Amino acid sequence: MTAPEAPKLYGLLAEYDNPEALVAAIKRAREAGYTKLDGYSPYGVAEIADALGFKYAEMSTVMLCGGLIGATAGFCMQWWANGIDYPVNVGGRALLEPFEWLRGWASYIPVTFEGGILTTALTGLFGLLAICGLPRLHHPLFNNPVFATRASRDRFFLTVEATDPKFDLPATRDFLLGLAPLSVAEVPE
Amino acid sequence: MATAVVEHGHHGPGGAPHVEPLPPPIGGDHNLGSVCDAIGDIATCVKPHPREWYIAFACGFAMFGMFAVAVTYLLAIGTGIWGINVPAAWGFAIINFVWWIGIGHAGTLISAILLLLHQRWRTSINRFAEAMTIFAVMCAGVFPLLHMGRPWLFYWLFPFPNNFAMWPQFRSPLAWDVFAVSTYFTVSVVFWYVGLIPDFGVLRDSAPTKIQRWVYGILSMGWRGSAYHWRRYEKVYLILAGISTPLVFSVHSIVSFDFAVSIVPLWHATIFPPFFVIGAIFSGFAMVLVLAIPLRKWYHLEDFITDWHIDNCAKVMLATGMMVCYGYFSEVWMGWYSHSEYEWGTNMQRMFGPYGWSYWCLIFCNFVVPQVLWVKKWRMNPLILFLVSVVALIGMWFERYVIVITLTREYVPSTWGRYAPTIWDWATFIGTFGMFFTFFMLFVRYVPMISMTEIRELLPIRSGGRDGHAIAEGPP
Repeated sequence: MTAPEAPKLYGLLAEYDNPEALVAAIKRAREAGYTKLDGYSPYGVAEIADALGFKYAEMSTVMLCGGLIGATAGFCMQWWANGIDYPVNVGGRALLEPFEWLRGWASYIPVTFEGGILTTALTGLFGLLAICGLPRLHHPLFNNPVFATRASRDRFFLTVEATDPKFDLPATRDFLLGLAPLSVAEVPE
Repeated sequence: MATAVVEHGHHGPGGAPHVEPLPPPIGGDHNLGSVCDAIGDIATCVKPHPREWYIAFACGFAMFGMFAVAVTYLLAIGTGIWGINVPAAWGFAIINFVWWIGIGHAGTLISAILLLLHQRWRTSINRFAEAMTIFAVMCAGVFPLLHMGRPWLFYWLFPFPNNFAMWPQFRSPLAWDVFAVSTYFTVSVVFWYVGLIPDFGVLRDSAPTKIQRWVYGILSMGWRGSAYHWRRYEKVYLILAGISTPLVFSVHSIVSFDFAVSIVPLWHATIFPPFFVIGAIFSGFAMVLVLAIPLRKWYHLEDFITDWHIDNCAKVMLATGMMVCYGYFSEVWMGWYSHSEYEWGTNMQRMFGPYGWSYWCLIFCNFVVPQVLWVKKWRMNPLILFLVSVVALIGMWFERYVIVITLTREYVPSTWGRYAPTIWDWATFIGTFGMFFTFFMLFVRYVPMISMTEIRELLPIRSGGRDGHAIAEGPP
């Protein structure tokens, strides 16, 4: 008979009631050498991400690539359909234009544009979810009753994950208590 | 807004222009939690819904039923039950299509363009204006689909390899329209949903029943408010606003190409794209006011939709209304200045022909009545503003009617004809109102109609907010 194993720890959670206190705490924790940190807020606060050292999101590159793919596909689809596979000279919009091999490219611009916009938006949504690791049915942080009810409402949280090389339960807890939180809690995995 | 104040402001000490502070975007004494309660409790039905909700939903649903009857009969008999004929082959179908899709454009203007312009007042009205966009585009889409006669073959509109070896004709604005409207609908839904993800997270954490927590939990995608996620989220939101802005202009420009690329007199005009876009925004803001004025009264949202918001919407309506009137002037001017017998003759037919009454209705609704909005006292009176907005909606409908009816009086008198809608045209049109109000009332009931996330960001710093920092200065 062995004693039941203590639940694995996800990390420590410190609670604040305003973004300024959270930003100050993150800066102190970074100075102390912690690296696996995250800040949680009910609405986006740029200073929190800045303090964590996450300055630029990669989303613009992702969306640009998505948009270029969509615009190119849209253009090539029309070029193939109306220029190559079944060319029709209709409505005074001739096939012979400055770039003859493009076969009436000027008329294809509206759909090319719409195709680019469509795929930019879709890569934005699905790229955001994929890069953030969402959708996700559960996360260890929701094991904490305060986080589960107030993180989206009016509380700001700092987490130090147990995988942080500097993480040591009693020492890290004491360190977090020194950062003037409302509370510090252990979050089971 | 701010520039106007600067221009008229007197110069303060040091020669710097004196800028009067803008009114606060949120009234009352709110904090982070109370904003969630005030808005979220409506969606989670913690606050009982007012009697007006049930009345509005019942009326909407009854009209939706009429729509079902009209469409069923249409599918059984065919488009012959409508008043369309040759020369007026489009009739109500395109009038209503253009009218509904125009209404949708104000939602995108508020959510995207005003975000790019750092207008804090957009935050209170963008959510339901976006919902209005989505439902209006749905109502718009119904008409071309039904006008096809065999709507179950709608997929022929899209390019796909098929055994007729046929492709859509991409030199036609009608083919562009398919892509413009379907892209517009999809992007509007994506924009709306991305904005809703954190708000669904709030409802997941605060809803009283298990089913609500479960449903909102699924819809929130497991959003937990990590700073890394927020930074990516705000970037996506900003880019979506950036691409929605040219999108909204392209959509109504392409809709106007349906007319302008033809050679019908008064249709074949370069003013059509801007004229259509600005008319769309005019009618859309009218619809925003028609929805906002009762909603804020029924749900006591005066703290969030303040008089400042209403005033700004009214000013946008007045400005765009005057631009639309410039378009009417330009049509007459170009008819005269071009010395084209047909352009001028069609103008005369429009004003004094068999449908002349509709032209003067349009001028009365879109030019005469909105002048009321110059007077601040009248503009701030909810009843007057509501009535002016309804009149503007009617006026913009008549604008499309006048344009479409031009087909009955173009070049050759032998092609002249008459057009009159039948009772089934009216039943379908009124039926789409039912569809719109049914969906809109369900939205009000189950989805937070004001963005809790962005409103909390707007709160003053002492109440836990950021004073609208992200909106006023924009993300890095």
